Amino acid sequence: MGASLALGFARAGASVTMVDAGDDRFHASVGNFGLVWVQGKGATCPDYADLSLRSAKAWQGFAETLEDGTSTDAPLGYRRCGGVKITLGAEELDAAAAGLDRMHNQSGPAGADMILLDRDALRDRIAAIGPEVSGGTFCPHDGHADPLTTLRALHRALRRAGVRVVRGKALRVSAEANSEPSGQGFVIETETRRIACGRVVLAAGLGNTPDICEPLGLRAHLRPQRGQIVVTERTARFLDPVCHSVRQTEDGTVMLGDSKEEVGFDTSTTGDVTRAILDRAVRCFPHLARVRMMRTWGALRVMSPDGLPIYQTSERYPGASLVTCHSGVTLAAAHTGEVATAILENRLNASYPAFSPARFDARSEARSEATT
Amino acid sequence: MTLWTRAIPASETVMIHVNGQPVTASPDETVATVLLRMGLRSFGLHPVTGQPLAPACLMGVCFGCLCQIDERPGTQACLEPVRDGMTVQTERPDAP
Repeated sequence: MGASLALGFARAGASVTMVDAGDDRFHASVGNFGLVWVQGKGATCPDYADLSLRSAKAWQGFAETLEDGTSTDAPLGYRRCGGVKITLGAEELDAAAAGLDRMHNQSGPAGADMILLDRDALRDRIAAIGPEVSGGTFCPHDGHADPLTTLRALHRALRRAGVRVVRGKALRVSAEANSEPSGQGFVIETETRRIACGRVVLAAGLGNTPDICEPLGLRAHLRPQRGQIVVTERTARFLDPVCHSVRQTEDGTVMLGDSKEEVGFDTSTTGDVTRAILDRAVRCFPHLARVRMMRTWGALRVMSPDGLPIYQTSERYPGASLVTCHSGVTLAAAHTGEVATAILENRLNASYPAFSPARFDARSEARSEATT
Repeated sequence: MTLWTRAIPASETVMIHVNGQPVTASPDETVATVLLRMGLRSFGLHPVTGQPLAPACLMGVCFGCLCQIDERPGTQACLEPVRDGMTVQTERPDAP
């Protein structure tokens, strides 16, 4: 998230320093699944569906600008192969059909391209499905990429673009009068440094704590939501579209899991969840029963109360903005492109009204009205 | 031709079968070192690309040493201590 934005700022000609706390276990960018996923996003928020779609469409170009052809690193492996959310049994298929109807009615272009596949139509795309599979929903804009090589490529691109990367955790960000043209500047303090700047963008995921945000007139409302992931040994290619909870990497390993747990800052894994992930995966693809699990891990999603991004420029300090979402991979292309541009052109709030944190105030007022 | 020989003589020997061929080995070594001493450079093929794989780390990280050991396909040879009577099948028994 931070690296995507920083690259966008630098490419637009800004002088950029990125304060990066590094790859500790709470960083979503080193734990996530690697989907570039559009389908189902923003079922209740067309603006989010549209942003996800625009980002997915920009991803190929984004990946090409990151792969400069000189690196010996593994490629990003981005493939817009289409995505399937598989259903098991008649009930899940009915629910998926009803959900698709809602998307078609409400969410504009992103929903319009989603289709329902019955069992036979799905088997034409994926021969390996098991007898319980009843079908699924398919979206041609979905795809996947290797999140680790993407992060490395972003960091290489940052170096090429002249971004200064400072390792450390921002402990405090304060607004101070200084000599910037706006008359307003900011000081970011880490354990070892003080960095003065004209503008500041908070993009620290779960590190966007109230202590950091509130003095700047920003509100993040974030909580961690744990997802557990299982990865298998390499196996022959069987999955061309990517599935919502099953993805086969370029290397042939299979990543499984879309669990959601509210357990705070805890990245451990549990037998119950692993078993549930494996059980569903084997019902979808029975041959996985013979493929060995190699590793599991837990990672924390950066989750807002309604799951949507929060984009906010401070009213009190217009040089300070907050950008956060749980889909850092899907939205990476948008963050490097249109969102970075909107921030530089001082129109983040105006361009993305649906992602203002004011929506949470409105809701809590509505709730308190309902209770009185 | 092999680049690998034992530096310390084996204190006791066991017999295993590699691609049907009897080989003596020491219970203090792993299947991977036996295969390397035999001169095998690749133990298996990448399941997606079909390219030959070779062991790189010999400590359980790289998964370059996968072969079939006692009917278990995809076993990491570098983590498997030799046992008497073991049968090992590589995917490229003709490898140099």
